[in-house]
Amino acid sequence: MNSLFTPLSWSDSGLILTGIWNTVTISVVAILVGTFLGLIVGFARAESNKTVNILFGSVLDVLRSVPLIIQLILFSTLVGAMGSPLAPFVAGSIVLSLYTMAFMSEVFRSGFESVSPSMQTAARSLGMTKWQTIYHIRLPIGLRAVFPSWLGVALSVIKDSALVSVIGYMELLRTSEQLISRTQQPLEILIGVGIFYFIISYPLSHYGRYVERKMAI
Amino acid sequence: MDYEFHWNVVFQNIPQLLNGAFVTLHVSVLAMLLGVVIAILLAIAKMNNSKPFCYVATVWVEIARNTPALFQIYMAYFGLGAFGIHLSPYLAVLCALVFINAGYLTETFRGGFQSIPSTQYSASKSLGMTSIQTYRYIILPQMLRRIYHPMTNQFVWSILMSSLGILVGMSELSGTTQRLQSLSFRTLEFFIVAAVMYFVITKLVLFGSSLLARRLFKGEI
Repeated sequence: MNSLFTPLSWSDSGLILTGIWNTVTISVVAILVGTFLGLIVGFARAESNKTVNILFGSVLDVLRSVPLIIQLILFSTLVGAMGSPLAPFVAGSIVLSLYTMAFMSEVFRSGFESVSPSMQTAARSLGMTKWQTIYHIRLPIGLRAVFPSWLGVALSVIKDSALVSVIGYMELLRTSEQLISRTQQPLEILIGVGIFYFIISYPLSHYGRYVERKMAI
Repeated sequence: MDYEFHWNVVFQNIPQLLNGAFVTLHVSVLAMLLGVVIAILLAIAKMNNSKPFCYVATVWVEIARNTPALFQIYMAYFGLGAFGIHLSPYLAVLCALVFINAGYLTETFRGGFQSIPSTQYSASKSLGMTSIQTYRYIILPQMLRRIYHPMTNQFVWSILMSSLGILVGMSELSGTTQRLQSLSFRTLEFFIVAAVMYFVITKLVLFGSSLLARRLFKGEI
């Protein structure tokens, strides 16, 4: 029987691999940039006084209480209206990185605040400079404490990267959606996509829980 | 930037947007309620010794936690079609949110339940309490205190994630926004208003939940 739809074939694997590669790229970029910015903002928030904190906090609050999908649409429309539209990858990375930063800064802030002030006093009285105190005492102790939370945020970024498809970035879920509309075999394709996300996410989330258990006193 | 904002058309459509916001709240409240019921069952199944129940609960929880929300929605909307089940966009989003909420809340409930030391059961037994009394007066009040904040977060999360309905043509807040902006081409204005509405909804929910917490727990949380 002739049909309008062509079934899934091996020649589609290239498209799927591109989708996987794009998902991985944008997730890695967002996690790296988001971690870096979150580290800076988190440290600034742990250090600064109340006014600065509230100011920072309310900006980050907006990023966390508006759905990511709305942020993506707003940002890409805004840069388009300003006359210099960005490639979906660039726009998506910027929004996803800022979104990641909002969560990471909270994680790192609690990490920095978990290092007790008496430790800093001790380090200072040993003759360490302020920078040495940060580098040798606060960073390693604070960061180690929040590693499981960091991993949790990173995993949710990988999953949220699926939403970048809404501004036209060809990540895994969007390629699969296109394949579905061509082949009309939604179940097989979607199960494959689900397995891919699961394979990435499951071991890491277990590792996070393992580390958390090990660090618990 | 030479973009002229035209807010009039947005203000004319505020009632429709509010309708959308109502659907958003509606679907997330329903998803939360059903999710809590299923999560309680799953948590009991997971702590149970009978293998098949425990197995089902574990698979449910791991799939819900380790795949994207958008994947779940596509699965409910496109995937179930292979079994001849065709859900409306509203039902598809609802099913997906219930599935994910149940998965996350199961772990929350299990954690809350296990955080109460077993000595308290023995203590209340030795005071002559029946097991219903033990749960009513000793276990559940403490448990509720521990799971209250994670549950609030989960609720806010499901409000935000219901915005994915835009991708399957559901008419909640973002779907309505999408439809209205395609009629008037005022994309930026409509989505700014939608963003503000989401922000206000989340803040109101958080505020309400902290008021409720103050009443429920008398300040000690």
